[in-house]
Amino acid sequence: MEKADYDLIIIGGGPAGLTAGIYAVRARLNVILYEKLVPGGQIIVTDWVENFPGFPEGISGMELVDRMVAQAKRLGLKIENNEVISLDISGPVKRVVFPDGAITAHAVILATGAHPKKLGVLGEEAFLGKGISFCATCDGPFYKNKVVAAVGGGDTAVQESIYLTKFAKKVYLIHRRDQLRATKILQERAFANDKIDLIWNSVVTGVEGSDGLEKITVKNIKTGEFKEFPVDGCFIWVGILPNSGFIPDTIKKDEYGFIITDYKMETSAPGVFAAGDGRSTPLRQIATAVGDAAIAAFSAEHYIESLKN
Amino acid sequence: MSEVITEISDSSFDSEVIQSEKPVLVDFWAPWCGPCKAIGPVIEELAGEFSDRIKFTKCNVDDNPVSPGKFGIKAIPTLIFFKQGKVVDQITGMVAKSKLQQAINSIL
Repeated sequence: MEKADYDLIIIGGGPAGLTAGIYAVRARLNVILYEKLVPGGQIIVTDWVENFPGFPEGISGMELVDRMVAQAKRLGLKIENNEVISLDISGPVKRVVFPDGAITAHAVILATGAHPKKLGVLGEEAFLGKGISFCATCDGPFYKNKVVAAVGGGDTAVQESIYLTKFAKKVYLIHRRDQLRATKILQERAFANDKIDLIWNSVVTGVEGSDGLEKITVKNIKTGEFKEFPVDGCFIWVGILPNSGFIPDTIKKDEYGFIITDYKMETSAPGVFAAGDGRSTPLRQIATAVGDAAIAAFSAEHYIESLKN
Repeated sequence: MSEVITEISDSSFDSEVIQSEKPVLVDFWAPWCGPCKAIGPVIEELAGEFSDRIKFTKCNVDDNPVSPGKFGIKAIPTLIFFKQGKVVDQITGMVAKSKLQQAINSIL
């Protein structure tokens, strides 16, 4: 067996990465986790989590992160802050490259997650932080008694729109279909909420304002009609894209760039595993991320064992 | 390390930021903002590294609504770099430490 700095390198510190770390340290693997920002991933911006078992009243995303990090650290997981810029998997020993160096390992778990998709309309970039937002917990309180739009129809869009009604006097929830995709309990709450106006079959085609966002243009895709909505803010939850920039082409991905794995969470490259939102999967939840990660760490452990024999 | 980050308010904004001879970084944050809390340690690390050349400050937008309003801030965390009282750079959202280092180096 060739020498490497670590048995296992985990890339990404969201629920998947932290869970993989917890399993790997308990398996006594020589493991390290790299996170480019701070541990937590997308749940940092989740106001409230009520579908993760063990928290009967629900728990804030931030508190759940804090607990996961504390648990991983208590068990001895090494977590470092650095950004991976490339990954060399051409040999049996994998090489993870950072701006200031590189380290090697026998196995890698990609827990690289995803980031919110933008609308892709003109002017969107100019109003980032000035009306266009992806984070209700961060920016919701700036819209006390204001009118805002929210775009999307999935769990995040509906959950966060409901949260926004704590501050905003009106939330236009703009969705391109004639029904929501969000889980039923969230739909029921949205329909029962007087402050939420659903704008069906519609997409945002333009954002305008001077110093800050002032109005959006919405097109009804059934009738072709355009309508303007004066809003102070527009929150965008139209799905996610994988953080797969540095992941080599030799690792197979689906048409959207999410990493394809087998049932053991192994990618098309032996010794490289994937878990969480960055994986090609029908559902992206904290529960699925931690499930993926437990399997990925278990599979990585067996892979490393097999190298020794 | 946190003693190198000055807590500023609407009333001290002018004297601490606008009148400062050194370049100033203002971290606009609030206790309810997860990402703000999350990038706190990163900013503390940078403060440890650069506080001889840049004044690091933080402004709680909950207690001090006037200053963020002046700069059109509707999202946090927002970091604004001031030089001789003028805004020279603005970063919104969570960004990697390396990006912040770049931003700091480019204004020094």
